Amino acid sequence: MPPPSSTVSLPAGSQAPLPDGFERVRLHIVTGKGGTGKTTVAAALAAALAARGKRVLLAEVEGRQGISQTFDVPPLPHTETQVAATSGRGEVVGLSVDAKTALLEYLQLFYKLGRAGGVLERFGAIDFATTIAPGVRDLLLVGRVYEAMRRRADARHHRRSDAPYDFDAVVLDAPPTGRIGRFLSVGAEVADLARMGPIHSQADSITEMLQSEATAVHLVTLLEEMPVQETVDAVAELRSLGMPIGAVVINQARAGLLTDADEGLVTPTDLDPEGVAADLRAVGLDPAPALVDGLVSQVREHAERVELEDEQLTVLEASGLPLVTVPYLVDGVDANAVCEIGELLADQGMVPA
Amino acid sequence: MTASSTRAPRTPRSLDVDALLADRHTRIVVCCGSGGVGKTTTAAALGLRAAEQGRRVVVLTIDPARRLAQSLGLVELDNTPRAVAGIDTAGGGHLDAMMLDMKRTFDEVVLAHASRETAEQILANPFYQAVSSSFAGTQEYMAMEKLGQLRAQADRAELGWDLIVVDTPPSRSALDFLDAPKRLGSFLDGRFIRLISAPAKAGGRAGLKLVNVGIGLVTKTLDTVLGAQMLRDVQTFVNALDSMFGGFRERADHTYALLKDRGTAFVVVAAPERDALREASYFVARLAKDGMPLAGLVVNRMQPAPAPGLTASRARAVAEQLADADRLETSAALTLHAALSDLAARHRNLVRRFTAGHPSIPVVEVAALAQDVHDVAGLREVGHRLAAT
Repeated sequence: MPPPSSTVSLPAGSQAPLPDGFERVRLHIVTGKGGTGKTTVAAALAAALAARGKRVLLAEVEGRQGISQTFDVPPLPHTETQVAATSGRGEVVGLSVDAKTALLEYLQLFYKLGRAGGVLERFGAIDFATTIAPGVRDLLLVGRVYEAMRRRADARHHRRSDAPYDFDAVVLDAPPTGRIGRFLSVGAEVADLARMGPIHSQADSITEMLQSEATAVHLVTLLEEMPVQETVDAVAELRSLGMPIGAVVINQARAGLLTDADEGLVTPTDLDPEGVAADLRAVGLDPAPALVDGLVSQVREHAERVELEDEQLTVLEASGLPLVTVPYLVDGVDANAVCEIGELLADQGMVPA
Repeated sequence: MTASSTRAPRTPRSLDVDALLADRHTRIVVCCGSGGVGKTTTAAALGLRAAEQGRRVVVLTIDPARRLAQSLGLVELDNTPRAVAGIDTAGGGHLDAMMLDMKRTFDEVVLAHASRETAEQILANPFYQAVSSSFAGTQEYMAMEKLGQLRAQADRAELGWDLIVVDTPPSRSALDFLDAPKRLGSFLDGRFIRLISAPAKAGGRAGLKLVNVGIGLVTKTLDTVLGAQMLRDVQTFVNALDSMFGGFRERADHTYALLKDRGTAFVVVAAPERDALREASYFVARLAKDGMPLAGLVVNRMQPAPAPGLTASRARAVAEQLADADRLETSAALTLHAALSDLAARHRNLVRRFTAGHPSIPVVEVAALAQDVHDVAGLREVGHRLAAT
């Protein structure tokens, strides 16, 4: 079936070696401080997986419509909708997870509720569960991802089903680092509140999935002090919660300006204004002092930035986690740039074959 | 396009931060916006600038970065405003800062509104403990609760504050508190609360006489899904809260009215990125819908204008020429100049697009700083840039 016109078509992708254990990962949870570009990275990862023939679910849980905006397709409904496709099996299916819809689906799937679902809604029970009851909202959001992870192509959820998984991979555009620990530990927390019964066992299964080797939490950061600090804090928190951590994605990295045979890219710290003026004159430009001084100080500021970024890079390297770098894109990010970033992630070993 | 496009474009109004802060009628400034745009820094910088211009200010932060918090003297999360050191108080001003302790604030609400016995019952309920420390949205409610408390103190205390600057939680739900009165109201009047509290009041499930099939279906379902023990915890919790809901709703209504008051100014904070400005549009629309007083938009992290007199395309062409002539350093400087010029142009365009869509909203652009802000001097510089338009 040809993809509908509202979806993005993806190029075929190449392959790079993976860090240990990455080939077993089916659930990629992408978090990061606000403003670091975690939605872009999640979308890029999904696109790169799809480019390698995978059927991928890309889910968001904060109702921001970040996925549809990133792929430049119409706003996503609360049901699974194709947003990008290759010529083969590969596709990205988008989902804006909504707690209320997830609860009604859940009740139907596991309790065959029929019209009781509607009655619950009329009595305000659904509103209570999704807005007031502690943790239930987060549990429903994670639970919806859990359901998609377990679903087989024959629409069953049994471990013993022979059918292949409906989704080869799931990418979750998760809440930001400040909230990620609480979000992912909701299973344990709810299992505590409901000490037995169906909710307890469901919550336990969710925790089990999140802590398994099929899951990796990736952290997106900029090479600035605050996001790096939050990343380091989140890594510590996630480790203490027993969540498997994947890669740290350094987004919008600045590079040095000149290629040096020994040191790679370097930036000159102090240009000689007279030399610059002479060079400008040599190519027929007016070496006005404002221009010359401006050029010199722009280079100096850039060098300072790069130096600060190097310091932050050292902090991240100390974590021992695989680091993946995405350069700064001056033109901003559109659907094509998402695919381009996806290939950069794959080139650096973030995408299982 | 509409007829207005035939007219000359209006110059967007700029946000006069100093006038806003100097206006004694401004009693509350609320900073909102998506995460990572410098909201907390903006709130702290506004507070500092107002204090150094003679106002008595308290800044309420939600979740400040560690070093920014340290610079404000916020070493522990103790829910108490503390004086910030290193402020120029020559103008008679004063700056206090505090970090919100969500759970403690919630506990205080319970203690203030329930009898001692009921309060103890609520505080010990496992359901309450989860609500008060982790329920998505608690932070938003408690930030507003704290704002209400500070405002009440400001009017009472001798050395009180004449300006409160509030940071909001970093999510779209940051404006959820606007829905709080309505949500609490519909919950209170709702059938669900009566339904769920009925069995416990009557001394157990046997006391529930089935008045219609619907109720039977609901309780049966709740029992199946939640299990008996959890249903009991929920019932105890809802019952205990029921006695204080009246007070709760009254406070939410009061805070809502306070936010709508002319003494309040909302400042939407953004960065020159598509997503952040889209979120800013959402905030602007949401505030307008509720009739909340919007002072304007702050766009942080603007790329400053590049060195004058050389366009990006010319710089690129010349850079190539110089590279061929092996003048690599100057060539690199020109390549950088071209990239910075493009970036500055992109930032300007993004802001222009926002102002085209919201011509009546005053905007202030703040040039990016080379480093993160983590001391009073840095905040002062941000305040200076905020007012420099």
